[in-house]
Amino acid sequence: MADPFLSIQNVKKSFGNVAVVKDFNLDVGAGEFVSFLGPSGCGKTTMLRIVAGFEEPSAGKVLIGGKDVTGLKPNQRNIGMVFQAYALFPNLTVAQNIGFGLKVAGVPKAEAQARIDEMLGIIKLPDFGDRYPYQLSGGQQQRIALARALAPKPKLLLLDEPLSALDAKVRISLREEIRSIQKKLGITTIFVTHDQEEALSMSDRIVVMNEGRADQTGTPFEIYNRPSTKFVANFVGTLNVLEGTISDAASGTVKINAEEIGLKGKLNGSKSGDTLSLALRPEAISLGRKAGNDSNLTGQIADVHFLGSVIRVRVGVGQNVVSLDTFNSPSSPPPVVGQKTEISFSSGDVLVLH
Amino acid sequence: MKTSRFWAWLVFAVGAAYFFIPLIATFEFSLRMRRGEYSFDAYRVVLGDSRFQETFGYSVTVAVFTILLGVFLVVPTAYWIRLRMPHLRPIVEFITLLPLVIPAIVIVFGYIRMYGSNSPLPFLGSARGTDALLVIGYATLALPYMYRAVDTGLRTIDVRTLTEAAQILGAGWATIIARVILPNVLIAVLSGAFLTFAIVIGEFTLASLLNRPAFGPYLQNIGANRAYEPAALAVIAFAITWGCMSVIQILARFAPKSANRPN
Amino acid sequence: MTQASISDPAIAARSAPPDATRGFRLPTHWLGVAPFFIFALMFLILPTLYLVIGAFQNDQGEYTLDNIRQLFLDASIRDAYWVSIKISFWSATIGAFIGLAMAIAIVRGGLPSWVRSSTMTFSGVASNFAGVPLAFAFLATLGRLGLVTVLLRGIGIDIYALGFNVLTSWGLIIVYLFFQIPLMIVIITPAIDGLKREWGEAAATLGATTWQYWRMVVIPVLWPSFLGTVILLFANSFGAIATAYAFTGSSLNIVPIKLYAQIRGDVLHNPHLGYALAFGMIVVTGLANIFYIWFRTRSERWLK
Repeated sequence: MADPFLSIQNVKKSFGNVAVVKDFNLDVGAGEFVSFLGPSGCGKTTMLRIVAGFEEPSAGKVLIGGKDVTGLKPNQRNIGMVFQAYALFPNLTVAQNIGFGLKVAGVPKAEAQARIDEMLGIIKLPDFGDRYPYQLSGGQQQRIALARALAPKPKLLLLDEPLSALDAKVRISLREEIRSIQKKLGITTIFVTHDQEEALSMSDRIVVMNEGRADQTGTPFEIYNRPSTKFVANFVGTLNVLEGTISDAASGTVKINAEEIGLKGKLNGSKSGDTLSLALRPEAISLGRKAGNDSNLTGQIADVHFLGSVIRVRVGVGQNVVSLDTFNSPSSPPPVVGQKTEISFSSGDVLVLH
Repeated sequence: MKTSRFWAWLVFAVGAAYFFIPLIATFEFSLRMRRGEYSFDAYRVVLGDSRFQETFGYSVTVAVFTILLGVFLVVPTAYWIRLRMPHLRPIVEFITLLPLVIPAIVIVFGYIRMYGSNSPLPFLGSARGTDALLVIGYATLALPYMYRAVDTGLRTIDVRTLTEAAQILGAGWATIIARVILPNVLIAVLSGAFLTFAIVIGEFTLASLLNRPAFGPYLQNIGANRAYEPAALAVIAFAITWGCMSVIQILARFAPKSANRPN
Repeated sequence: MTQASISDPAIAARSAPPDATRGFRLPTHWLGVAPFFIFALMFLILPTLYLVIGAFQNDQGEYTLDNIRQLFLDASIRDAYWVSIKISFWSATIGAFIGLAMAIAIVRGGLPSWVRSSTMTFSGVASNFAGVPLAFAFLATLGRLGLVTVLLRGIGIDIYALGFNVLTSWGLIIVYLFFQIPLMIVIITPAIDGLKREWGEAAATLGATTWQYWRMVVIPVLWPSFLGTVILLFANSFGAIATAYAFTGSSLNIVPIKLYAQIRGDVLHNPHLGYALAFGMIVVTGLANIFYIWFRTRSERWLK
């Protein structure tokens, strides 16, 4: 990146003896939406709080707009932040909440009022200015919190699991809204979540974090389709894992149960006789043989779940159970449990996990 | 962060000093009875005093009766209000708060004028009657605490569902109250009971104005006439209060956690 | 306090029995609460009413405002009310501020958790440790032979020579703080717990200084609970008598001690003036409690 807007360089953070963030590096371009994705305790929230200035890194530095802000307090960093629990001030009306940052900055009243009205319009709650937070639903409160964070025109927006406390439906509509507002304002954004669907659907880039490290950084497409570690592959999306043994490393032949498949060029460095974990997304597997799929395995239908437009089928392949989805078609009956079957996939879709 | 912790420690230390110095001073003073050395003489004198034993025994008896009266008054009422007459709740709560509004000395003043030996209800005409009035007065003073404790206990167990479940199983009212409700609010009732005990045991105003030989007036009398014994008595009284509060805290750990509401 | 129970007619109607059985079942309904209401009437409401009505009567049983007027005209009574209000006001205010500071220190000061739990336990004990023994404790501490007095004299500071006397209004205020501060801690700690850490962090990211955050959020959120508790503390010490009586005998001219003397021996030589004295106490504590409930309702509205 030529000129990153936010630059996190070699940041480490320990609480006592526990290293929570271990050597974290990231450059974020202006206007980019980057998610920190990982399970709880992976250090993603701590990393965000270091960027916000609530925690001081044990080592390393944080630059915003080329300026080293590592030693600055949160109120000197010109950032906006949205919290999981909304954190609206209960004693202030919606308008006063949104205007809080403007008031402390000494913005003239009329100008502040115009900005408040503008923000209320952006979050589509134009008539809510005089209400108190306790009179609003969770989704409304979180939109107010977003407006409050954006009102002082921060350079950087930090979102700390802002959707986790909301109902499933509200969560989906709000994530689209946040993304569209972010795009419209072009504000650089860091989004922390443990929900892979949120991260995949909203981000320009995702940083998958595990035990204080960035396991993989990439676009949602890269993260999902080409996970570089076993952790990323397991954490993002559903994954079928098949255990196999390399029968001939030179030709790329791998034996699964009694059957062999060819994985030429994917075994980098492994020797004959090594055992391997091969991963496949459900959508990469077809029931029965299919044109374009060069690999086939036999199995037995273990389970059938009818989900409406999609039928999720679980197929026993030797010791392994493989999940796959087929589209429902009214004219053809669904598979029957116990039935022998074949599954097929393209060897190009197989992920070899190291 | 560091400076705020310094201030927190400072505030805490100053506060702790204010509270511990009188306790230490009282204890030290209570040991000074024998000239030139520390001894437990003051405690020996106090505990050996027959008046101490009589008044303390009297106050414990009064406290027990007060607790019984309080439970008898509060448990059925709180239960019935929750179950059948929720529209009376504001009135009952208001009444239970009145003893916090009307000073004890005013309440007992009213008793003395209303229930004198020439009145239609001459409580004060006999010693037994006056004892009864003292118990009644204490039950009144303890009403806010007892009601709050029992009502909180009832709220956590969802009386309505429990009662209906017991009724479906064929239980009568006596069985429901004795076997279902009371065991479930027992912890709450006991908490209220120990708080009542702590309030009643050294109470001065009512006992003194009704001329009963209770522990409170005895304390006052010793305070006016002796030097070291009052300090010993203060230490004992503090220990009793501490004991009651500790029991309440321990009881709270055994309180039933609500099954209906996530904790 | 009473907020949760504000009667909702809809709920009441739903839980009432169907109309057809109402006429038959009503008496048994009332039986369940009758003992309580009879008790409250006989031993709480009627005795109080007796005094209140007596306050507006003269010896002949005629209605008059003379007794009430006398409360203001009699210099000694006026003085007693003034001293009582002064002691209650200062012990409540000082106790509230110190209690608030301690509560903030234990909740927000980053102290180890044992500090908080032991302070809360101790506050529960100390807020109930009043009456005669408390007076003894302070006589043993700050009396002429008390430990602190003696120790200070040992290092050359004779507080009594400097004009200090524990048997005065200010002495009594210091003593009352022993239960006022813990009571404040017990009541205000939940309110401080209600202050979310994220509020401070949100304010910081919005550019507010710590002081701006306190001025615009913390103080407005806390002040109704704070003021409400101050009033409760005020009422709490206004009616207290045992500590003061054990402390100073009848030498301190405060309302409860005056009333105590009046009950024992009609020192005012007018029983109806005694009733008026009691009525005055009810008015003061009653007003205080009305304010308390009002502030309480306001503070709970925000902290849902």
